[in-house]
Amino acid sequence: MTSLFLLFAPLPGRAATEGGDEATRLPPAGEFATVPIGYLKQEVKRFIPLSRLNVEPEDLGIAGAEIALKDNNTTGRFTKQQFTLEVERVPAGGDAVQALETLVESGHHFVLVDAPAETLLRLSDAVKGKDVLLFNIRAPDVSLRQEDCRANVLHTAPDRAMLADALAQYLVWKKWPRWFVVKGVFPEDLAYLDALRRAAKRFGGTIVEEREYKETPGARRSDSGQLQIQRQMPVFTQGAPSYDVVVVADEKEVFGPYLPYRTWDPRPVAGTAGLTAMSWHPAHEQWGATQMQNRFQRFAKRFMLPLDYQAWVAVRAVGESASRAGSDFAPINAYLRGDEFGLAAFKGQKVTFRTWDGQLRQPIIVAGPDLPVSMSPQEGFLHERAEVDTLGIDEPESKCKFQ
Amino acid sequence: MASSAERAAIVVAATMGVIFAAHPAAAYTVYISNEKGNSITVLDSVTLEVKETIPVGQRPRGIILTNDDKYLLICASDEDAVQMLDVTSRELVGDLPSGPDPELLDLHPSGSPVYIANEDDNLLTVIDLADKKVVAEVEVGVEPEGVGASPDGKTVVVTSETTNMAHFIDTGSYEITDNVLVGSRPRFAEFTADGSRLWVTSEVAGVVTVIDAKTRKIIKTIGFAIPGVQPEHIQPVGVRITKDGAKAFVALGPANRVAVIDAKTLDVEEYLLVGQRVWQLAFTPDEALLFVTNGNSNDVSVIDVPNLKVVKSIPVGTAPWGVTVSQH
Repeated sequence: MTSLFLLFAPLPGRAATEGGDEATRLPPAGEFATVPIGYLKQEVKRFIPLSRLNVEPEDLGIAGAEIALKDNNTTGRFTKQQFTLEVERVPAGGDAVQALETLVESGHHFVLVDAPAETLLRLSDAVKGKDVLLFNIRAPDVSLRQEDCRANVLHTAPDRAMLADALAQYLVWKKWPRWFVVKGVFPEDLAYLDALRRAAKRFGGTIVEEREYKETPGARRSDSGQLQIQRQMPVFTQGAPSYDVVVVADEKEVFGPYLPYRTWDPRPVAGTAGLTAMSWHPAHEQWGATQMQNRFQRFAKRFMLPLDYQAWVAVRAVGESASRAGSDFAPINAYLRGDEFGLAAFKGQKVTFRTWDGQLRQPIIVAGPDLPVSMSPQEGFLHERAEVDTLGIDEPESKCKFQ
Repeated sequence: MASSAERAAIVVAATMGVIFAAHPAAAYTVYISNEKGNSITVLDSVTLEVKETIPVGQRPRGIILTNDDKYLLICASDEDAVQMLDVTSRELVGDLPSGPDPELLDLHPSGSPVYIANEDDNLLTVIDLADKKVVAEVEVGVEPEGVGASPDGKTVVVTSETTNMAHFIDTGSYEITDNVLVGSRPRFAEFTADGSRLWVTSEVAGVVTVIDAKTRKIIKTIGFAIPGVQPEHIQPVGVRITKDGAKAFVALGPANRVAVIDAKTLDVEEYLLVGQRVWQLAFTPDEALLFVTNGNSNDVSVIDVPNLKVVKSIPVGTAPWGVTVSQH
């Protein structure tokens, strides 16, 4: 399809009304202002997931940032702003701080960080006091929004508290309040379990038992593996007190995906396997998401995943603020955190950043493998200001003191 | 003593009696697109009954009648086509080469060309209705949706939902002359009949922006507050303004209300309770009635415009979206 003009080419005709029109807020004719955005990915050695469907794509997150960049630049044609994206990949064990400094020295004041919490904190401390804003697009640790919160970090990744709250609200709404929790042994599993316990207390769920899964399931994907799992899982889940749903805390996917259809009692599975809370699902089509999914799939040749969405939101948040506040760091940074900011992000309401901890305030999708089942907050969980603040750490319970 | 329901029924009957007495000959045909029903519902504006349901292409959304009332142009979003329905024979007679994912459309006041927003492709497609050929494609912002032609035919405005702008396009040169930033997710653009102002609704920001059509400056951003309704549920979509420029009606989505606005002072006057997730609206040519599509309750609310009363709800197909009314 031929378009009338090329990307970045100056608009034919009058692109700006002369003399700085307030309504359009366009810069003087001629030049494009540049807004460079960095993407820092710290490679991490990960477990091979049980399902090959869940292997992380090589460009996970990055493709989301890239398509948001295209969206920003389509808008930038009209506001005379050009957004660029520089990706720094740091190998496992490599020096992420050095990589960040390289990005900052080359003018990248907005940097998406795709890294574990400890790396994020080191990066945040390294650029403290500089004109740098980091977006945490990956780490779900509640501590990053609480005692370890940082003034120069905004979080587009939902934390475990938001995810557990979103799931818990749905389970309680569904009248499945009795949960048989099956937990793994890793610190991440225990962190998610903490969030589940908090959610149970907040929304009226009851954990009837917590059972630890210690052994590594045998043959995994080998020929005889399935048969073995089929015998193992029913026995493992036998003898629980009366319950409505199995809730799994197994973030590294060691055993969780083996539970659906294999529990001793015929019960649904939720948590980190089965019915799961997430920021984005590849089959989410509400509120204009169809267009986003189509655009992403044409571009990346794969489905759009939560980390892609979290990166998309970060880059779009910069773009949206720049289209209204100009191309410099300070006004964009202020706009992002201010009352005026509101991003249309396919969730049926604008997404914004919480002032008390920098967390993106967003509805959370509760989904099975093929389709979203619901979107939380659920009806009936009331909040004095915004229902969506029933998800995650609310202002009165925040321990965040920005530093 | 009459119950409150009975009293309401009496009031409704009385109100409707007034309408019909005042407009005995005004029988128009109302067309509703059912987004999930993949059909067009045909209503009679006097009996307020469903005359017919016509199966069409997948995911019909924006609809408009040609100026002679002979063809209904239907954005069948999932067919990547604008279908032409012959309203006399009730048959689909062809497609316009609209480009992918057409969502909304508007006609040049002379009846042709038709301007179509291609949501998936960041384009406005312009098609001549006589030979059904693409005249121009104008590259606009991300996810173009609302399309409004000015009454003098010199300008067409497209709103792009992710770029958050109203793009003013010169219909002679097909060049963008101005871009006005508005609230998040602008969905619909409508000029006043005198061409002096443009109204743009922003679904996610929950506001309506009124723009001076000559200077292209924002006159006012109108916000809404409804007691008992959370602000995030107020999502303006469709807007229609009476020809005399006195009143504007704005569909507020999941707030389940239509806002009535004094279109001169730009103050919100009242909120009319309609069905669930109200999308689009259309007047009868005499402006006696306003038909409103309720996407989640699968019905159409009928508003008595002079009395500002919701007088009836008519069940239609699944997920009613677009609505248009014949001129004759």
